[in-house]
Amino acid sequence: MNSLMLSIEALKKIDREIAKYPTDKKQSAVMSALAIAQDEKGWLATETMDFIADYLEMPAIAVYEVATFYNMYNLKPIGKYKLTVCTNLPCALSGSNQTVDYLKKKLGIGFNETTVDGLFTLKEGECMGACGDAPVLLVNNKRMCSFMTEDQIDKLLEELKK
Amino acid sequence: MINIEIDGKQVAVAQGSTVMDAAKQVGIYIPHFCYHKKLSIAANCRMCLVEVEKAPKPLPACATPVSEGMKVSTHSQQAVTAQKGVMEFLLINHPLDCPICDQGGECQLQDLAVGYGSSGSRYQEAKRAVTNKNLGPLISTDMTRCIHCTRCVRFGQEIAGIMELGMAGRGEHSEILTFVGKTVDSELSGNVIDLCPVGALVSKPFRYSARTWELSRRKSISPHCGLGSNLVVQVKNNRVMRVLPRENEAVNECWLSDKDRFSYEGLNSGDRLTIPMIRKSGEWQTCGWQEALAFTAEGIKNVINKYGAQSIGALGSAHSTLEELYLLQKLMRRLGSHNIDHRVRQSNFRADVISQGVPWLGIQIAEVSQLKSILIIGSTLRKDHPLLAQRIRQAVKQGAQLSVINPIGDDLFTKLAYQTIVAPSAMLNAVLQVLKAVAEIKNIPISEQIASAVKQINISESARGMANSLIEHSPSAVFLGNIAQHHPHYADLFSAIQAISEITGAKFGVLGEAANSVGAYSVGVVPWDVRAESANKTESRKSGLNAGQMLGLGVSEEESACSAYILLNLEPELDSYDTRRASQVINRAEFVVSLNSYKGNIPDYADVILPVSPFTETSGTFVNTEGRIQSFQGVVSPLGETRPAWKVLRVLGNLLQLEGFDYDSSEQIRAEIISDKEEFVQNLNNSLDVLSIKDFDQKGSEVERIGEIPIYQADPIVRRAISLQKTHDAAPPMAFASSALLNKAGILAGETVRINQQNEEIQLAISVDDNLPDDCIRLACAHPQISRLGTMFGEIKLEKL
Ligand code: SF4
Ligand code: FES
Ligand code: FES
Repeated sequence: MNSLMLSIEALKKIDREIAKYPTDKKQSAVMSALAIAQDEKGWLATETMDFIADYLEMPAIAVYEVATFYNMYNLKPIGKYKLTVCTNLPCALSGSNQTVDYLKKKLGIGFNETTVDGLFTLKEGECMGACGDAPVLLVNNKRMCSFMTEDQIDKLLEELKK
Repeated sequence: MINIEIDGKQVAVAQGSTVMDAAKQVGIYIPHFCYHKKLSIAANCRMCLVEVEKAPKPLPACATPVSEGMKVSTHSQQAVTAQKGVMEFLLINHPLDCPICDQGGECQLQDLAVGYGSSGSRYQEAKRAVTNKNLGPLISTDMTRCIHCTRCVRFGQEIAGIMELGMAGRGEHSEILTFVGKTVDSELSGNVIDLCPVGALVSKPFRYSARTWELSRRKSISPHCGLGSNLVVQVKNNRVMRVLPRENEAVNECWLSDKDRFSYEGLNSGDRLTIPMIRKSGEWQTCGWQEALAFTAEGIKNVINKYGAQSIGALGSAHSTLEELYLLQKLMRRLGSHNIDHRVRQSNFRADVISQGVPWLGIQIAEVSQLKSILIIGSTLRKDHPLLAQRIRQAVKQGAQLSVINPIGDDLFTKLAYQTIVAPSAMLNAVLQVLKAVAEIKNIPISEQIASAVKQINISESARGMANSLIEHSPSAVFLGNIAQHHPHYADLFSAIQAISEITGAKFGVLGEAANSVGAYSVGVVPWDVRAESANKTESRKSGLNAGQMLGLGVSEEESACSAYILLNLEPELDSYDTRRASQVINRAEFVVSLNSYKGNIPDYADVILPVSPFTETSGTFVNTEGRIQSFQGVVSPLGETRPAWKVLRVLGNLLQLEGFDYDSSEQIRAEIISDKEEFVQNLNNSLDVLSIKDFDQKGSEVERIGEIPIYQADPIVRRAISLQKTHDAAPPMAFASSALLNKAGILAGETVRINQQNEEIQLAISVDDNLPDDCIRLACAHPQISRLGTMFGEIKLEKL
């Protein structure tokens, strides 16, 4: 096990998560541990997941199950900004298909692709529980952007490019 | 009890039961895929939807707990519509490849689709396809067929104790797979083939070789480990095509180990003997049975005339049937020799003169599940007793405490309460610590004969923990595994656990090594006539040579213990405690008769080779480790000129003009040994007359060998099972040592080293295992590349090349 896989700070954060659960239920911290690792590494390589499995004393395949189930975890390297557009029904009814088309045209990439400058990756997302703001998209899993019409998109991209 | 009504039938079930349990109780079938009685409830296939009165929508029977007065209908309009709807969804992505699917004919999806599916699909879009996975040499995949019931995943987590398969992705993208690039290596892996309700996971060795409806199904008993798993052997054109479990809750439940399941390939091995052979003036020639048997009788008579009957020795493998073993000992005793034994890997026979009966498990197998505290001494448990290990795993889940005293620290895939990992020479000390601790805690004096042995001993923390565990959690039990039975301190270890048992009330016993270890012992394949005397006349035993003596232990290098040997299903150069010595003495003998199914190296040392039937080609009986008598019929006719060994021994008895060798059937022999009514053999008894511990202060050598028997080298059949030989567990032998030992010797992990034992040496790669005690080398036995070395335990030298 390579203990240099993650920084001391990251490990400390994971330890804090582990402390929230009973000692024999370490694996309950798997989602936060993966998120912390991803924040540091940008994406989750096989070795990273292996490391987390060892760290939480759980089977590697169980970590993999979690990492593949939630699409906020990146299992491949991605651009600096990951734009995840909700394409579920309420958003679709409010025009998310146009949002997607516009983004695709503007960035010159399709879903699951990254722009050549390495800045943007486009992803398809599931309902984000914000249907009232449809159509919505999410930047790097953390920042929710509402009512994404074409000029809203222009604004967002301008801002991120800076 | 809770009363509910299912399809108009009243049924009372225990609180906490599900609708599925209740339906089973009244014999109502509810269609299902993910539900399995031995696995946790997943409720993800939805096939079991039923209508429950007052519930707003159909409920899954497998996950719905019963409540008083519940009214369930499994065939109402609502239930059937729901079931048909689920079936339609399941079939959306399922390929229509039944004609080339191995599961065809025994597929739950196929069967239920007949009942609940419609004749055509409304689904017009493209079906999804999933790439196949490489799960190793035993399981073949067709993942597009998977219906995501997760039975295979739950099996790993819950039964095998190691989660090797998982379900990645979600929704339509879900896939069953292993973690990146891993194979499935569990010794119980084959069970997922039975569990998979569709043809996603099928048997690789059996694949495409027959359709299930062409096979005839015949009952049998596994000839491998001491459990005696119940089998269904499936046969086509007089050839064993595959082996499946036959459910027996008291023995193997519904499982089989991979060894039981896949070793049938060895039965069809090219190494099978098909015709008798004799060596005449140094040349081998094939011949008819008459000539071969006359030659054999002649040879035996010559040796008796020259050196007396005492110069003949017989060794029978405990993988042979009860009837064969019985006749072998009868033959020997009528010839006037007590030189007969089956304990070829045992090295300490001191208990022979004080044993009161046949050593056995000490409790019934089913009772293992109820134990609350278990101490196992000297065992590669998962590999030697895969399904017993599984039972113990379930007991631990129910709250039992498991402790081990072992020279190896292998993961048992279950929680350990206490663990002591010490060199083989220190194991007795570790057990005596537990003895001393229980005596202290219970304030009961240790019996006189062995009190002196524990005087100087200091009790470690974990020994005290084990002692407390055995005392506080009853029922408890202490078992000696195979390593302990082969151990040079076997009799002492046995005495020690008997003493522990006397103080704590724990049950004690041995984990039977082979399918018929108990049987062999109970019919007298030991150097005294178990059957002739009452159990307590131990001092007056007229004893012959034991297996150790016959195979050269304690006999000087120049001598041979016997002038003639009769070997039954044995390959002494692999199956002995000291394989080097065994080869020497057998080679030196004047006349060697080998009854075996396989050629192997027999032509190198034998004078007559008699091809005898493996368990599938003869009727017979195995007695498992709990003493359970299980008889079986032959499932195919003997290959070539092969004959059942009991017939061969019968004729041999007659040719030697011995009395009482007129049998027409194996049942007749059986009737002479046990009565029809007996379910368990009568002379089971682990107790020793006098406890005796001698070797407690023995110093180990500088570096000790830990010699285990690899799971797929344990008997002649499995050694020839080609698919099992491709698994991880059958990888070419390696030596293992702790990093401390390697550092001391200046050796890097992975380096090839010279290993020297009793003046023989081999070169092979060494690897690090920091779960080993320092100053030990773990080096398997029973492997052709290694059998040149000597004893399973004791001094060994490691040198840098
Ligand atoms: S492979 Fe078979 S057992 Fe495993 S989830 Fe798929 S259908 Fe179920
Ligand atoms: S459907 Fe897009 S947020 Fe709910
Ligand atoms: S059997 Fe009940 S949901 Fe699968």
